[in-house]
Amino acid sequence: MSVKVELSRRSDFPLLENQPELVYLDSAATSLKPRSVLEAERSYYEECCANIHRGLYRMSEEATRRYEEARHSVARLIGASDPDCCIWTSGTTDAINLVAYTWGEQNILPGDPIVLTGLEHHSNLVPWQNLATRQQARLRWIEPRPDGTLELDNLDELLEGARLVAFTWVSNVFGSISPVQEICRRARAAGATVLLDAAQGVPHLPCAVEEMGCDFMAFSGHKMLGPTGTGMLWSRRELLEAMPPFRFGGDMIREVWRDRCTFNELPFKFEAGTPNIAGVLGMGAAADYLLDVGMANVRAHELDLLTYARECLGSLEGFELLGPPLDQHSGALSFVYRGIHPHDLATLLDRENICIRAGHHCCQPLMRRIGMSGTARASLSLYNIRADIDRLAVALEKASQVFKGVLF
Amino acid sequence: MISDDLYREIILEHYAHPRCKGKLEAPTFRQDGVNPTCGDAVTVELDVKDNRVVRAAFEGVGCSISLASASMLTSLIEGKTLDEVRELAATFKKRMLNRNDAEPCPEQLGELEALDGVRQYPVRVKCALLAWNTLLGALEEAL
Ligand SMILES: Cc1ncc(COP(=O)(O)O)c(C=O)c1O
Repeated sequence: MSVKVELSRRSDFPLLENQPELVYLDSAATSLKPRSVLEAERSYYEECCANIHRGLYRMSEEATRRYEEARHSVARLIGASDPDCCIWTSGTTDAINLVAYTWGEQNILPGDPIVLTGLEHHSNLVPWQNLATRQQARLRWIEPRPDGTLELDNLDELLEGARLVAFTWVSNVFGSISPVQEICRRARAAGATVLLDAAQGVPHLPCAVEEMGCDFMAFSGHKMLGPTGTGMLWSRRELLEAMPPFRFGGDMIREVWRDRCTFNELPFKFEAGTPNIAGVLGMGAAADYLLDVGMANVRAHELDLLTYARECLGSLEGFELLGPPLDQHSGALSFVYRGIHPHDLATLLDRENICIRAGHHCCQPLMRRIGMSGTARASLSLYNIRADIDRLAVALEKASQVFKGVLF
Repeated sequence: MISDDLYREIILEHYAHPRCKGKLEAPTFRQDGVNPTCGDAVTVELDVKDNRVVRAAFEGVGCSISLASASMLTSLIEGKTLDEVRELAATFKKRMLNRNDAEPCPEQLGELEALDGVRQYPVRVKCALLAWNTLLGALEEAL
């Protein structure tokens, strides 16, 4: 993608226009939002602020239409042929909890192995840890290597008898892309159900969910240019139909008596209560935006930036990149620099108007495993440009002046 | 090294060459502290005799602010009575949470004055306080 296209995309993001001096390199935590997303949210409140699926007047019909259209947009983005299999949630965490409390309660029995990887974000670990405690199941681990790639040599052993394999598409710490199809294929051959944490995948990589081989996929709106408090769970129809509801209340029912009820059809069975309607419309607009840019272009642009960043930062003395080979790398760039603690780096970069993340990135078991208390992480999105990387490199060198003579 | 309102020389000095770092053989009190949001962790150990800190030591992983603060803490409290230590901790905590620049730093805080700059970085105040909150946890056992 040419620089010209990059720059025209930047003007779609009001925050970058309002703060032209800002270098935002924390999109793995949450992305910035384009104007069309903000507009979708605003116009709901200003044009058709009605509840959905219940009003008999036109404004409610319009709200319902936009709500379901948003579902179609996100389904299109992830390559899901059946929008009814796309359940709105409040985020990745919420989607994973949905599976743990419904499918998990029904299918994980005492002694059953649940296979996770050592890369997982707390949100794809703690729900399973908790389920394992409730059901007396066991956790097994696919080990990460120090560069964030996964050790798959003993995978078949780990998969023996496994009921569930839950793993991340892209590590939020290393930006390492997991071999999704291979793991899914081997897991399903072993009879396991597979959940893919796509929180860091959907915003950066082309997605054809039905070809990846997973049974569940969870992701967040706010990391893919959408609003906070939005997300989605995708699954296959037969699985969703066999699952009990997660939350009970309005909208998820068909008929209610004093002592019993029948449940609504998909996807509404899993969407109890008035949802985050404005947020959903925003997430739909985010999907439209990404479809318009084209995920292959997003990937190409980010790969270009990553290549540049690895070159440019890698030439700084004392810079150590923690991450996989370039072809397996997406989004996040974790590093240590001259032994300066990541928090000190983050503070010093903040003074230069550069936002990075520092710390354990909600992956404490991973940090223990690689023997670090934390890393500094710069993460990219389609609105970043090479000049952002240049600014980062200059600011890193400036930060090093503070510790010169003390640490090195 | 350049002069800096946050990373004052004395802080970097403590960070690079911490005092009282290590373990005591048979500490009277020992307490672990963590900052769950950032992952910093310290352990504070105290030898106490006749209500007085005879020796103090710390170990930990963290940023320059949290480790320098721990180093200053351990070197400052040796020889003080437990009541004096509690008072010092309370004064320091109060100072860290007070963003008013006009008020002079209490004399009692000695070289802890170097951490004054941290007050302008609210997210880092918890780094400066980690060792102190851990110390107060240890002293709760002493009551
Ligand atoms: C890989 C991964 N999984 C899950 C999550 C949790 O997402 P959310 O907080 O939006 O539920 C994150 C967010 O940081 C993530 O990076």
